[in-house]
Amino acid sequence: MLAYFVKRLGLAVIIVSVAMLMLFCMIYAIPGDPAAVALGPRATDAMREALRIKMGLDQPIWVQFWNFFTGAWTGDLGREVLSDRPVLGVVLEQLPFTLALIAGGIIWSVALGIPLGCFAAIRRGSLADRIVGILSVAVIAVPSFVIAIYALLIFAVQLRWLPAIGAGEPGDLGDQLFHLILPSLAVGLGWVGYIARMVRASMLEVLEASHIRTARAFGLPDRQITYRYALTIAVLPTVTLLGVGIGQMLSSAVFAEIVFARPGVGKLVYDAILTRNFPLVTGTVLVTTVLFVMLNLVADLIVGALDPRVRSSF
Amino acid sequence: MSEAVSDPQAAKPPSDAWRAVRRLLREPLGVLGLTLVLLMVGGAIFADLLTSWDPTRINPRDRFLGPGAEHLLGTDQLGRDLFARVLHGGRVALSVALIATGISLVIGIMLGLIAGYGPRWLDNLMILLFDSVKSFPTVMLALALVTLFGPSLTSVVIVVVLVTVPGYARIIRTQTIALKNSEYVTAARSMGASPARILRVHILPNVIGPLVILASMDIPVVIGIEAGMSFLGLGVRPPTPSWGSILNDGFTSIRDTPWIAVAGGIPIILVTLGFTFLGETLRDVFDPRLKAR
Repeated sequence: MLAYFVKRLGLAVIIVSVAMLMLFCMIYAIPGDPAAVALGPRATDAMREALRIKMGLDQPIWVQFWNFFTGAWTGDLGREVLSDRPVLGVVLEQLPFTLALIAGGIIWSVALGIPLGCFAAIRRGSLADRIVGILSVAVIAVPSFVIAIYALLIFAVQLRWLPAIGAGEPGDLGDQLFHLILPSLAVGLGWVGYIARMVRASMLEVLEASHIRTARAFGLPDRQITYRYALTIAVLPTVTLLGVGIGQMLSSAVFAEIVFARPGVGKLVYDAILTRNFPLVTGTVLVTTVLFVMLNLVADLIVGALDPRVRSSF
Repeated sequence: MSEAVSDPQAAKPPSDAWRAVRRLLREPLGVLGLTLVLLMVGGAIFADLLTSWDPTRINPRDRFLGPGAEHLLGTDQLGRDLFARVLHGGRVALSVALIATGISLVIGIMLGLIAGYGPRWLDNLMILLFDSVKSFPTVMLALALVTLFGPSLTSVVIVVVLVTVPGYARIIRTQTIALKNSEYVTAARSMGASPARILRVHILPNVIGPLVILASMDIPVVIGIEAGMSFLGLGVRPPTPSWGSILNDGFTSIRDTPWIAVAGGIPIILVTLGFTFLGETLRDVFDPRLKAR
């Protein structure tokens, strides 16, 4: 297990490093002088030169990369252009909003997906099973931002059941949760489909297993067999699925934040692009990428701990 | 055809294909998907015949008209006919999907063949690069690339290619490695066939089939990326109509004129559902093995 952990961690570090290299190349390739962009057209040549030296742009490219690389690993992502605050601080300030949104999406997808998948597996082949199957495919297929806009249109604008804008009053947890319902549904709805399909498939597999047959032979009630002995095993694969899913939910969260005008890293990076605040863009992309790689790592490690076959095949 | 002689199963390819089509038509979901896809593709191709309105013509006197006989889906904030914009937006969506998927397939196949057939170190390096590209969340990658290239259709295509190529290349690589040491490839190699010939004649035809089905199932994803980027104002430039930009127009006035957002969203929903239903059915009909994915 330890060897697997070390290997997997090493790979994650290498992947993040390569991602940093790609990101650096992208920043470097952006046309125009970053210092000139940051200062605007009315800056003097002397001001631009001073900022260039301050930003380290007068150094050779490999020195610039090394500074970027070591800075990024130690948490120094540079300073943002507008308010001159450290990028990492700005991003970490917004991150909890996005994580709350993703957590809400996971709760929605698990709360709806597991019962639906379980229900479909028990009534295998019935009309209800088919309808659940089609609905699962449908919510997976439709892009999350369309779901977000339609959810906003139906539940906030037309029915006025739920708020449309913002993250709620700071400090008022009830209000914040109330504001979270709709955006997190938009983030999690697609994953209801994935989880329902996954749980259905693994349920069908588990129901064929010998320990279930033994339980039946002992005459245990169906309900107990299904929920106590089959479902507890059948939900395990969803852990891996969620590890992959969180990355995609991050993408959905970006749209949900923009549609529902919520604070968060998505809104942050979107506004940063519109104001050409490049250090903030790359900083946010980097933080979310590291987060994504880490979550995948955690999911892999959990699966590795649960299933020794994964470890040996690595 | 020489293969037909050696392989009795391939002796009657038309009847096989015909049987597959008949099986597809027996699946209600497949028929529904096919109908939706044909409807949207037809609407995009014959856009000029189906409506006489110009999708980019601004008409300030007809702003924010609700759906009616003259404007089937109403008009937007500049008085442009939404039905015309939806049909022409379909052209953008479908052409991006076709072009981007085509480019991704070509690049993915080439990289996959090189990784699978080339030396071990190259394989490791390429897998590392694929994993690194995949480690960016899609939207973040798209946003970062748009800052680099500026908003345009080309940026959308580049994003799609970067997002999908690693997956395609990995599939091709895995299958190439599986075939690399098979007996018929060893035989061809011992007879002096060059690597290029082995890849082209002996490996490519055997690995390409499942990939094409998987790529066609990615079309809804690609359409979603185009619409999503255009919704954020990072894809198609105005006044070119795109479903995403219609949705964005509708979003800004969603409280007063909800039909604009409805007009932008419905085609995205219908076309993604259509391609998904069709793709799922095709996959089950042609290659049930892929279902495990």
